Amino acid sequence: MISLVHYLTVAAILFIIGVYGVLTKRNIVTILMSIELMLNAVNINLVAFSRFIQPEVLTGQVFSIFTITVAASEVAVGLALLFRVYHDYDTVHIDKLNRMRW
Amino acid sequence: MNITLLTSEIAIICLSLLIIILDLLLPRFETRRSLGYLAAAGVAGVFAYTCTQYGVSATVYQGLFTLDSFALFFKQIFLLAILLTLLFSFDYVEGLAKYQGEFYALLLLAVAGMMIMASANDLLTVFIGTELMTVTFYILVGYQFNSSKSSEAGMKYMILGSVSSAVLLYGVSWVYGCTGSIVFEQIAKHANTSLGMLFGFGLIVAGLFFKMALIPFHMWAPEIYEGAPTPITAMLSMGSKVAGLAVLLRMVFIAFVPMQAYWGGIVSIIAAITMIGGTVIAMWQTNIKRMMAYSSITQAGYMIVGLLSADASGIKSVLFYAMLYMFANVGVFATIIAVKKHHGSNEIKDFSGLAQQSPLLAVVMTVSLLSMAGIPPMAGFAGKLYVFSTVIEKGYLWLGLLGFVMSMISVYYYLNVTKVIYMNEPCVQKEFIVSQPLRIAALISLLATLWIGIYPGPLAELANTAARSLSIL
Repeated sequence: MISLVHYLTVAAILFIIGVYGVLTKRNIVTILMSIELMLNAVNINLVAFSRFIQPEVLTGQVFSIFTITVAASEVAVGLALLFRVYHDYDTVHIDKLNRMRW
Repeated sequence: MNITLLTSEIAIICLSLLIIILDLLLPRFETRRSLGYLAAAGVAGVFAYTCTQYGVSATVYQGLFTLDSFALFFKQIFLLAILLTLLFSFDYVEGLAKYQGEFYALLLLAVAGMMIMASANDLLTVFIGTELMTVTFYILVGYQFNSSKSSEAGMKYMILGSVSSAVLLYGVSWVYGCTGSIVFEQIAKHANTSLGMLFGFGLIVAGLFFKMALIPFHMWAPEIYEGAPTPITAMLSMGSKVAGLAVLLRMVFIAFVPMQAYWGGIVSIIAAITMIGGTVIAMWQTNIKRMMAYSSITQAGYMIVGLLSADASGIKSVLFYAMLYMFANVGVFATIIAVKKHHGSNEIKDFSGLAQQSPLLAVVMTVSLLSMAGIPPMAGFAGKLYVFSTVIEKGYLWLGLLGFVMSMISVYYYLNVTKVIYMNEPCVQKEFIVSQPLRIAALISLLATLWIGIYPGPLAELANTAARSLSIL
């Protein structure tokens, strides 16, 4: 039997993989994918809580639909900005974006 | 269900869509200044309408969205901020290579997001408002097509902002799991201090602190402020920060009341590091926008000090401070835009001789900076007095003293700019052009800063009403 804890564990692992990817990967496309992983971890959490805590109310599932929509728009903007960065710097490597320094 | 409570948000969004349509209809090489005037007139109309709404206290959509004096006060801050920003950025927008009409439309959408945040009464609305604001800001930060700094800033803001949103959302999912609800009043009923709840609350607060750029969540601010188009820098430092503050206040005082025991220690430490760090690093900056980034970090530190005294007087002092912070920012950024137009760069040394070239802007810049530093006749002094006196009453004497010392130190780098303005000779001898709308915006900020400083009564009264409407709920 798969319980709530299993879902939460999967979500936590996904979230941590996402954070790890954002912190260590240097390719902007990979970073965007890692951010998607983090947001999908949230979706699993929301749907699992909704199913196991109050199966008759759909708050969590509705919330996850909003999350998916917003994540899609966020990535659309992210890719558009990526085009601009590639146009200006000829690279998608985050370390090369260093024209401003403290 | 009373849909009229949403009138101001609906009006702003319709205005933004109208601007996009008119932009398509206008001939291609026509200037888009008319759209800017339309946007400013529309925002002024909505501002006048919000003035008539004081005293309302009602919710709509099953408690998801609430309108009370507290939300109205913040909405008026945002509307004033966008109105004055529009006034001083007409020339700047005309200098943009492409998509001038969309610039105004997107700016209005960002403000709609902030207004939704001010009214949000549940975690879903908080999320939607925050994302509407930040996703629009990602686009706007990268809007300057001839500058690689701008695209770099946009990309960095996008990555860091999305990560902070994801962290905030993960926290939301835990709070939902522990309480079974996302509406603030329901969360307050079921709130406990279990581990999952504390974890969720911590992540949500971290996400909001990121939006407010408090140390240690500040690392994005200096680079994004430097790279973004100047009107957007102004809106980031006024809007993003104050909207995060609005959400934080409502969330902490309505939904997470049992968490306040854990709250005091953490917030006082973060406020202290933010004040010290922001002040110290600001001293070394040579770029005015970077300096303003660190200055705004320090100001956010002062603002969250007011959160420590968990009562109406503390909230009142924060509201009061947010309003005068907005006026001081308008003055500074209007001057920065005028100087940038003259010199083409944002270094502090470009301000040399401004007193001879444009005495009005020199005075506005000086008054605004001194207001941020908290020198007596300006509004900043009254604001700091309110914030620190309430917090000292609650027993945080050390924090009050620290804030006082940091304000004194910050006078150094603010006066440094003033010294350049008044003592140095102008380095470029050509006519200094100040457009009429920019002059009006600067003048409004000057008068407001002086008036609030000399006669703080009415604004304090208004802030008091707003603060009470929150604590009654």
